[in-house]
Parts: sequence; C-alpha cells; structure tokens
Amino acid sequence: MTELHGESIIRLCGLGKEFKGAQGAVRALTDINLEIIKGEIFGIIGLSGAGKSTLVRCMNFLETPTEGEVYYDGRPLSEMSPGELRRTRQSMGMIFQQFNLLEQRNVLRNVCFPMEIAGTPKAEARERARGLLKLVGLLEKEAAYPVQLSGGQKQRVAIARAMATNPKVILCDEATSALDPNTTKSILELLKEINQRMGITIVIITHEMSVIEEICQRVAIIDSSKIAEIGTVEKIFTAPKSNIGKQLVYSESKPKGEPKAEFDDTNKRYCRIVFDGETSFKPILANMILECQSVVNILYANTRNIDGQAYGQMVVQLPPEERIAKKIIAYLETQDVNFEEVDYV
Amino acid sequence: MFKEGMIQMLGMGIYESLYMTLISTFMSYVIGLPMGLILVSTDKDGIYPIIWLNKLLGFIVNILRSVPFLILMITVIPVTRKIVGTTIGSKATIVPLVIAAAPFIARVVESSLKEVDKGVIEAAESMGASPFQIMFRVLLPEAKPSLLVGAAISVTTILGYSAMAGIIGGGGLGAIAMNYGLYRYQRDIMFITVILLVIIVQIMQEIGMKVANISDKRL
Repeated sequence: MTELHGESIIRLCGLGKEFKGAQGAVRALTDINLEIIKGEIFGIIGLSGAGKSTLVRCMNFLETPTEGEVYYDGRPLSEMSPGELRRTRQSMGMIFQQFNLLEQRNVLRNVCFPMEIAGTPKAEARERARGLLKLVGLLEKEAAYPVQLSGGQKQRVAIARAMATNPKVILCDEATSALDPNTTKSILELLKEINQRMGITIVIITHEMSVIEEICQRVAIIDSSKIAEIGTVEKIFTAPKSNIGKQLVYSESKPKGEPKAEFDDTNKRYCRIVFDGETSFKPILANMILECQSVVNILYANTRNIDGQAYGQMVVQLPPEERIAKKIIAYLETQDVNFEEVDYV
Repeated sequence: MFKEGMIQMLGMGIYESLYMTLISTFMSYVIGLPMGLILVSTDKDGIYPIIWLNKLLGFIVNILRSVPFLILMITVIPVTRKIVGTTIGSKATIVPLVIAAAPFIARVVESSLKEVDKGVIEAAESMGASPFQIMFRVLLPEAKPSLLVGAAISVTTILGYSAMAGIIGGGGLGAIAMNYGLYRYQRDIMFITVILLVIIVQIMQEIGMKVANISDKRL
C-alpha cells in the first residue's frame, strides 16, 4: 500500500469474523488489514458470499468482529461503551441495496429521522432535511411516501438521510445493485459530487466492476473471506495480479456474445495489450502491423475513461507462423506497453 | 315477545357487552403491548437479546393461552373477588377477560412487530438508534397498520369471550342468551342476541380494517 497518503479514517487490523450457526462455524472474514483514507472513495469488490457485506458491517460494528480491531478516526470501536458506539455511528452514514426507508414516514420525515435519534431540535432538523433534499434533487417530493417513489428516488432519499447528521463517512452496501444502469450512473455521480464537494469519505461495497471504475480511487478485492488484492483502481484494472482480480476485470469487459467460435480454434496464441492513460493515444497496433508486415486478428477491444484518464485493453490473435508471432512480440517489447500472452479471450 | 322490557333488556345487554369488551381490550393492551414488544426485542435475533427473559415470558404466555377460557374464568374467581369485590356482573368479568386476553394480545402484537423489515431496523441501528428509540420510533410506527388489524381481531375475540362469561354470572348479551335462551328455552331471544353479536363483530371488524387501511402509507 505504497500509494497511501493522508490520514486514515477507518483502519482494520487483523479483522476476522466467524458466524456460529447450526451447522457449525462459518468463516466470513480472515485477517483483513485495510486502511481507508480521509476523503477518498474506496471500493470493496467481491463475488457474492465473499464476505464483503460482513466487512462493511464490521466498520460500524453492526457486526461485531470475532478477531482484530476496527479503528475509527484513531479510536478502537471495541473499547467503546454502547452509548459511545451509538454516538460514533451518528458520524457514519450508511445506505443499502434495499434502501431501507421507513415506509410509514414521508420523505421529509425520513431524512429527519437520524436527527431525531441524535436529538436535533425539530425546526433545525426540518430545515437541514430540506437543504439535503434539494441537494439530491427531491425537494418537491418531501411530502411523498416511499411507496410513491422509484428505486433511484428512494436511494436519493436514503443518501440525504445518510448525510443528515453530517457524517465523515458514508458506507454503501450494494447501493446500486437494485437499480438499472442509468439510475446507477446518476446515483454514482451524486456520490462523487458529495465526496468532492463536502469531502465525505465513501466506502462502496459492490459486485460490479463498472461501479468501481466509475467512481473509486482505490479498491480491495475480497475473495473467500480474505483480501486478494488491494491498490489503486488504475493498477488493478491494467494489471490485476490475483486470480480473482483477473477474473473480475476480464469477465466484466468481455463482450456479451461469445466471439471465440468465429475464429480459428487451432491457433490459440492470444496477446492481451494493456493501454494506460498515455499510450492509448499512440497508434501502436497500426505501427506494429506495418512494422511486422503481418495482420493480427483483433478479438476484443475496449477503452474506457477512468477518473479522467483513458485506459483500455485489447486482445489480439497472433498469426499462426511462429516466426511472425515472435516478431510481433519483440516489437511490442520495444514499445512502452504492458502485454502478456494469454490463452483465453 | 317484543315487550317494552325486552327491548330495554337487550339494549342493556349491548351496552354491557360493549363496556366489558372495550374496557378489557384496553387493559389487555396495556399489559399485552409491552409484553409483545419485550418478546420481539429480547429474541435472540432481536434488538436487545435477553434469552432467559424471552424464554420465561414466552412460557408464561403459552401457559395462559393454553388454559381454556371457561376453566380460567372459574379458576380466577378468588382473584376477581379480591380486585373487584364481587364475582358477578360485567365488572367482575373484566378480570378473567384481561387475564385471558393479555397473553393473546402479546402474541398478536409480537407477530405484527416481527413483520417490520429487518433492513429498516438495521438502518436505524446504523444511525446510532438505541433499543428504546428503535421500539418507539421504528417498530411501533412501522407496524401500525398491522397492529390495528390485530386490534380488530383482538376486540372481536374478546367480545366472544365476554359472551361466554354469561355462564358464571357475567352480564351482557351472552348472559341474556344463556338465561333466556338456554335455561328458559326462549329460542327467539337466543336467536336475537346471537344476531346482535354478529352485527357488533361485523361493525368492529369493518371499522378496524378501514382504520388500518387509512393509516397504511404503503397503499
């Protein structure tokens, strides 16, 4: 974790969690060491059942870890009295996949709810709630009940509610998983805006790589209760090291239809070329074709905009002749790009 | 048969039945509602688990619920005499009614509160709500429509119990049906009291459901 700079807001040390169930103990988390820096957007990704929801619940002690410690703003949560813990939670907002709004309260009273808990005077709470509803663009819905809102609107209310007590951190547990792609995008933009304008640290739990690349600066990949990999989003997207990281990055970028069948199966020499922010503006592939006097088959190509910079990758099928394939690889080595030979697309 | 006195007697019967039912329902809720809240909150998955208290309370409720009302009514006669000073009449009937209905209501309340979405409770916990705040600001308000439906069921059940109390000298329509219909073979009077009870149950159930629907913001 060399790219760390700044003070940490949440620090997990040797965190572990074991659930005791009827069928014996179930391991949810093993030796998690993680630091979340003030002001960043940190993503935690993993397949379902990897333990990521448990992990985020350990951060505010909704789940009590069985091993290790959680430090919030330098203070260990396990040493807090129940009252202290509740006051600490008031400085951490949380939003959920199923929104979890109070169904018998209207929008305004939902946003007021955490302030009621915290003992904010009613008039002040209402005023602040209206300000927050304006921020999330739902001021005109203040008298509506949750049932009258769409999923995206509900999540906006939940975000306003999570911000009501002026939190330092917002924890998002699969906050966009129940939403369609367009709504997901608008919710992520809202979170990004909140992060940038107010400096609120955001922790995002998701199983979708697209959510991570959309707004996160750093990401931890969780696989079978452990952290498989942790680093900046650019690094993990361009050169994932762990198996699960590769699986997540490549399977996500794979096009929907299976293109493999259309190509000659006998030649399995593929080469994955990764472009980072700089090199994607150089015509590397065209130059390579001119230089080596041989065509390659582009099986897959994808470039994206990550945090203001262009990133992308391409998978090409090398020609069957060994000599030309070697020439192409040699050429690529002279260029400033990451590439590797792979046997899958 | 429809003599002046008869109509007056039936009117009195209706009044007594309603009196017993409503007072008993109210007092049963005073006891049963907190019991239901405790049963839900102290459950092992509840907001404030106290397993032994939960088991003990659940056991007491089950015992009281399993005694047939007729037997319970007779068994508690000494208690009734202590509290009310008499063992006959509408007032005396309230004691066994409350003893029988409170545990029933505790279970009705418990099942209503259990319907509240776990996610919403978790959200409140994530905001730093205390168990008491969750009880009074989340569980009860969120379960309100279901609690009102439960109240409609409870009040009609208690009306039914109150009619049974006619056997041991309670008042109300049940006593009229018993004394005139059963002991004096005046079938028409029994028939009329039963019709009246049916009408009262219908009205109470209808009102309860209407109020529950109006209060439910999910509809």
